[in-house]
Amino acid sequence: MPPPRSARKPAPRVRIHPLGDTALLAELGTRLDTALNTRAIALASALTKRRDVRQAVAGYAGVTVHFDPDQTTHDALGAAIKRLATKRPPMAEPGRLHRIPVVYEGPDLDEVAARLKLSPQKIAEVHARPIYRVFLVGFVPGWAYLGPLPEELELPRRHVPRTQVPAGSVAIAGRQTGIYPLPTPGGWHLIGRTSVKLFLPDRDPPCLFRAGDRVKFFAATR
Amino acid sequence: MRAPVLRVLQPGLFTTIQDLGRPNAITAGVPPGGAMDRFAHRAANLLVGNSEAEATLECTLSGPDLVAERSCLVAITGADLDPQVNAQAAPMWTGIFLGRGDRLTFGARHAGGRAYIAVAGGIEADRWLASTSTNLMAARGGFHGRNLKAGDGIADARDSMAPMVSGRHLPGRLLPAYADHTLFAVAGPHVRRLHAEGRALLFGAPYRVSREADRMGYRLEGPRLATSGEELLSFGLTAGVVQVPHGGQPILLMADHQTAGGYPVVATVVSASMPVAAQLVPGDELRFAEVTLERARQMRASLAAALDTLRS
Repeated sequence: MPPPRSARKPAPRVRIHPLGDTALLAELGTRLDTALNTRAIALASALTKRRDVRQAVAGYAGVTVHFDPDQTTHDALGAAIKRLATKRPPMAEPGRLHRIPVVYEGPDLDEVAARLKLSPQKIAEVHARPIYRVFLVGFVPGWAYLGPLPEELELPRRHVPRTQVPAGSVAIAGRQTGIYPLPTPGGWHLIGRTSVKLFLPDRDPPCLFRAGDRVKFFAATR
Repeated sequence: MRAPVLRVLQPGLFTTIQDLGRPNAITAGVPPGGAMDRFAHRAANLLVGNSEAEATLECTLSGPDLVAERSCLVAITGADLDPQVNAQAAPMWTGIFLGRGDRLTFGARHAGGRAYIAVAGGIEADRWLASTSTNLMAARGGFHGRNLKAGDGIADARDSMAPMVSGRHLPGRLLPAYADHTLFAVAGPHVRRLHAEGRALLFGAPYRVSREADRMGYRLEGPRLATSGEELLSFGLTAGVVQVPHGGQPILLMADHQTAGGYPVVATVVSASMPVAAQLVPGDELRFAEVTLERARQMRASLAAALDTLRS
């Protein structure tokens, strides 16, 4: 029986791009959109169960699929992905909710406040207001892209990235927010810090957040 | 803990324990890691009768100075860093016996960037997230999460399961074309973001490996590749990806690459060319050549067949 098609929402057009001979990128869309991300996470989860798929990693609006080239081809797997993506996505699971204490005293807080014409207190208040979604875990161990950030806080990245950002820094850029899990270079604006550990090398999986989780920040005092 | 089979007298420039990596950890943002040159790593293991997934030593640019504390069967593959046993030239891509007290040393770098040393029975190493590969950022895996130092003892993981036979050899005609620095690549998802002449430059112009080149990736010097279009949303990456950041100087991602990013991906080096890429060093010139997926499959099959000759 053909998979039932949702009458309300047309299935997204999937674009399949090779990433070399052992991986491909399945693009569901190009917008920052919670529904697209939900579909991407569901697709990645369905693909992980296939024997010819080694890993499937959900991005914001697509899935990067690493496959066994001895068991399938781009064309065969691409066709299977298109079939899977036309299925109605499962009910979005709410994901786990993390409450993260933040001391809003980041080195960029005053500058961000001045550029957005808001008080530092207001920045903290607006940043702590939403429940953010974990769109994607990746880049460096434990890093999670959280969003959407309220429009009132939208700023482009810093012109000159810092060569070293302290671990635990809470940062914003564009419509995203995140926490630096390790001391790394970084171009986002640092508005606060947290003592919560994002990268847990001795646990499996070694990170606190998973794609689809929800995150609520709250202001804490030192 | 077993008694060391090899003692490190000098570690070389940068020697780490590597295996086939931890690909499942990419969902946590942890680089997959593993040997940069998987062909040389696999061959070294097969030459001493190991499974290809055993840990090996990856020696970067200059090799270590080792002394055998017990007799053992080893193989040296990958870059030609002038291996010697007791000051006599030692054959590469060949299983060789070391007797107790024998010295395995390296001289000048002749070709390539990374040599691999396998020991029959495998190398005992810390396992982290299902792999013995060294991850320096997390200080996990391999030899206590770090590169080797003078005085370290390398133990074999177990007694060799296979009969120990020296003289097993992989002839040069079966090796990847290491001397030809052409990296065969498939056009990437965002190749259309290149400006008009960009694609011709990408697949044709010479590029040079800059000094910013390590296990994470190589920043390349050469014609600037201008890209257009809105900023991309981040997505999962793979080794071999050629991404173009704002400055237009492409970056080739290698084994310890960042797991996600949002720069345009204009090409991906195919798996059969990654051993060649792994042996490039700063200053080396390279070219990207576009291939079809079918050609990439044939190239992959031919390297797999070369390794199969060692599996008897």
